[in-house]
Amino acid sequence: MKTGICGTMESNDCFITVWESDSLKIEIESIVGDFFYDRIAWVIKKTISEMEITNVHIKVIDKGALDFCIKARLIVALSRMEESHA
Amino acid sequence: MRRSLLFIPGNNPGMLLNCDVFESDAVIFDLEDAVSIFEKDSARMLVFNYLESMKIKTEIIIRINGMDTPYYSDDLEKIVCDKLDTIMLPKARVSDLQLLDSMLVKYEKNRNLTKKIAIIPIIESAISLLEVEQIVTYPRVNGVLLGAEDYTKDLEINRTKKAEEILYARNRIIVACKAYKIDAIDTPFTDVYDEDGLKKETSFVKGLGMNAKSAIHPNQIELINEIFNPAIEEINEAKRILASYEEAMKKGLGVFSLDGKMIDAPIIKRAQITIEKAQKFGVL
Repeated sequence: MKTGICGTMESNDCFITVWESDSLKIEIESIVGDFFYDRIAWVIKKTISEMEITNVHIKVIDKGALDFCIKARLIVALSRMEESHA
Repeated sequence: MRRSLLFIPGNNPGMLLNCDVFESDAVIFDLEDAVSIFEKDSARMLVFNYLESMKIKTEIIIRINGMDTPYYSDDLEKIVCDKLDTIMLPKARVSDLQLLDSMLVKYEKNRNLTKKIAIIPIIESAISLLEVEQIVTYPRVNGVLLGAEDYTKDLEINRTKKAEEILYARNRIIVACKAYKIDAIDTPFTDVYDEDGLKKETSFVKGLGMNAKSAIHPNQIELINEIFNPAIEEINEAKRILASYEEAMKKGLGVFSLDGKMIDAPIIKRAQITIEKAQKFGVL
């Protein structure tokens, strides 16, 4: 299965893993999930919509990352997934 | 006109977020030595998205990977944008500058950028030092940085705190930069816990003619800025000179004296530069 990962577990960063999937699935674990879960989900959905990706499994472990970081890590994880071999 | 330039690892979002808190005159987002080869893609994407979304008051410099690596063209493709002020070019040679200049011309045109991106070449080898007099003539070049760690490695000598081994390089870079009125920027002081050492070295290089010093830790910025600020005595003296100059002009005098010393054009010019620096750096 093709997989891509990007990011770290450091403060203000996030660790994103993406897998090939036949549907869209998003999992979010966040240290600020009570306040920002919806925002993180929105950034994820907006980014994959812009990339015209629909079927992918995304797992985000968030350590307080801002939008720009979540978006950047997700784009690279997806790119690495494409480049990886099964 | 800069006093301090702070290196920030390009793949560290926490440090990117705080980059302008430390009050350096410029921040250098590093895509080169601070980023492993396995993370070059994530660093450039992170820096690009950071620039897109944030407003930063300070000068934005990005150190791309050297033009002897497979990474520099992807760096440029991703990060050249209107928010970028300057590219820092490692291991700079004249041939690299020519190529970089031609690439930037294309990007600026194709991306409708509103300004011309400047370049700060880093002198990191013997051959680069031999070429510095040509390097400073390029219009985009508005400063030159000495990279002493790689430079001393190239010379196969030890890098020491005494720094006698880099005195020639410092002087040669300073003379070339002054000839073309651009910033001569000193190499970082790498012992981040030695404040006395930093103070001694920064004062010394200021005395040689360096305009600024790069830093690898935020704690170094305040001291570097303080040392490169014009001193209060210099500012007061400059004010006296310019006030006397104004009086002399009203009387139609070409030269005049102050405290028994003749004041001519070079002294007046230096006083004007002192006031300009003091105003720019907020000490006046």
